[in-house]
Amino acid sequence: MSIENRVDVESQVEPPPPQAPVTLVHAELPRWAPYGILAGSLVVVGGLLAATGSFGVGLFVFLSAIVFGLATYVISRVVEGGRKATDRLVTIVVTVAFLIALIPLISVVITVVGNGVARFDGAFFTSSMRGVVGEGGGGYHAIVGTLIITALAAVMSIPIGVLTAVYLVEYGVKSRLARAITFFVDVMTGIPSIVAGLFAFALFALFFGPSIRLGFAGAVALSVLMIPVVVRSTEEMLKIVPNELREAAFALGTPKWRTIMKVVIPTSIAGIVSGITLAIARVIGETAPLLIIAGLTTGVNFNPFSGRMTTLPVFAFNSYAAPGVPREPFIDRAWTSALVLIIIVLVLNLVARLVARVFAPKTR
Amino acid sequence: MLPPFHHQREDAVSAPTSTPTPTTATPPKAVQQPGDRIFAGAARGAGILILVVLAGVAAFLVIQAVPAILAPSSELPGGTSLFAYIGPLIFGTLLSALIALLIATPLAVAVALFITHYAPRRLAQGLGYLIDLLAAVPSIVFGLWGVAVLAPASLGLSTWLTTYLGWIPLFAGPVSATGRTMLVVGITLAVMILPIITAVSREVFLQTPRLHEEAALALGATRWEMIRMAVLPFGRSGIISGAMLGLGRALGETMAVAIILSGSGIITFNLISSSNPSSIAANIALQFPDSTGLAVNTLIASGLVLFLITLLVNSLARYIINRRREFSGAN
Repeated sequence: MSIENRVDVESQVEPPPPQAPVTLVHAELPRWAPYGILAGSLVVVGGLLAATGSFGVGLFVFLSAIVFGLATYVISRVVEGGRKATDRLVTIVVTVAFLIALIPLISVVITVVGNGVARFDGAFFTSSMRGVVGEGGGGYHAIVGTLIITALAAVMSIPIGVLTAVYLVEYGVKSRLARAITFFVDVMTGIPSIVAGLFAFALFALFFGPSIRLGFAGAVALSVLMIPVVVRSTEEMLKIVPNELREAAFALGTPKWRTIMKVVIPTSIAGIVSGITLAIARVIGETAPLLIIAGLTTGVNFNPFSGRMTTLPVFAFNSYAAPGVPREPFIDRAWTSALVLIIIVLVLNLVARLVARVFAPKTR
Repeated sequence: MLPPFHHQREDAVSAPTSTPTPTTATPPKAVQQPGDRIFAGAARGAGILILVVLAGVAAFLVIQAVPAILAPSSELPGGTSLFAYIGPLIFGTLLSALIALLIATPLAVAVALFITHYAPRRLAQGLGYLIDLLAAVPSIVFGLWGVAVLAPASLGLSTWLTTYLGWIPLFAGPVSATGRTMLVVGITLAVMILPIITAVSREVFLQTPRLHEEAALALGATRWEMIRMAVLPFGRSGIISGAMLGLGRALGETMAVAIILSGSGIITFNLISSSNPSSIAANIALQFPDSTGLAVNTLIASGLVLFLITLLVNSLARYIINRRREFSGAN
């Protein structure tokens, strides 16, 4: 481009027409505006409700949220324009949705702790329901049953699940069998727990007759639910082991199976253990399959291969659904079982997170 | 299923003759130890065992369901045909799951958006754990909570609905005095499937290409416009499949329905009255312990129907997820 041309171009640029100076910044609400509007709506709604004499916490929060959203939208629309107003409205809606999602969690914890603490005593953990008609008694037999059945299910599921994940990641990459397994493991994740119970019943009824109730059969049903969870989580963990580690081991002449046992699995052990713990936490609260196949009994049964075995969730359900004649002790025991169950599940979740965090391989 | 076996046989045959000769075109095979073969075999065996178990689930259910299918209707519980027995249960199952889905999906998408795009960065992961905890609460606990807290709390809402919206058949009433209604079941199920829909949506939202988001923001889009233009179109199939996984779970959920509803074999769209259809799973859980003979077979036949419905829903969900995975570039 020649100099003349450039001058030519510059001369064609018109000077800006004389008008109000263009600002690149929109009018904007001050940073404290949302808090101010929130406080305002709380006061207004609270005042109105108090004036009409129909004050209720739920109604108050519900109406305040609506007033807050509307007020923000209107004010922002006037000051900042429609697009910004929509943005603010959506922010409020999304935040409120999150808070709504937290309500059940908080409510469940409060309810279960509040109702369950009445019988959360030594007797609950040391006595069974044998010979108990009214007050007293406890969930010892149910706790024992839960631990035995879950342990058995874990013993069956962990080797199968981990080995399958090893096959999927290390051996069967992209083969037809591996793809089929992946798909059906996904499908298995969605099997309703009651169907797993029916399966265990149908299986054992073939050999032992239709009145069979067995702790071991309950463990089989739980394995059907647990295996896919173990496979999925282990698979994810094995996949993120860097390939360089495997190649380094191969380069040293290590056989494949020793590479997997000594390099791949130790590297990902934290994630695998945490995934297994979460899987245990998932099945330990299962009710439906055990109601069907493990049955109900009042006494302690340590032998999963003979006779009925009560578990905590089934005990809770039965105490609540079919209480005895003074009703309260049964309901109390149901809530305490739920409390014990929640504590177990929360502890397992916490352990899983801690294991994943503390024993995670130092990658950097 | 042949290629893997073939592959391994090749390894085994070539193992003894694996003196490396540089002139051969094929690279030398690694020496296969017995340990290698045992370990590979065990791994593949475990995988095949899973397929066998799944086939077993279907096979044993069919075997046990056949007597009920073949039996004359007069011998079945209630003295009706199998279809008349299971029909209302299927209806109840679908209705409760559908209510749950309608409530949970918008909420879950909003929660996922909050965690991925609105929450302060530091808090986001912790908040995610909090929602995951919801998934960890056993279903029996949700059932107890539903009947003890939610049912009484729903009375006000139900009364309001029937007073002002009573002309809609859904809310015709009369309001159940105990609050143990289809509506409460739907809400409880919604709480239970919320975490899974949230988890799937969250994963997809996080995979939205960073550049798409930044490009939208650079063009002057507000945060909501960025989400509408970049995040939601990208995550649509993720939301759909998450919702279907949630639907699958709601269909099979047993204890919450069993505790809250006292079902009768009727078909009604009235959500807030005291007579409600039960669901397949809840009906099995409630009837099974006291059933004998053909009644057991009938229950298993209904379980088979439930199995097929959830299988269909879940396969569809997985199909959508997998199809999107191929072109998302996520892997």
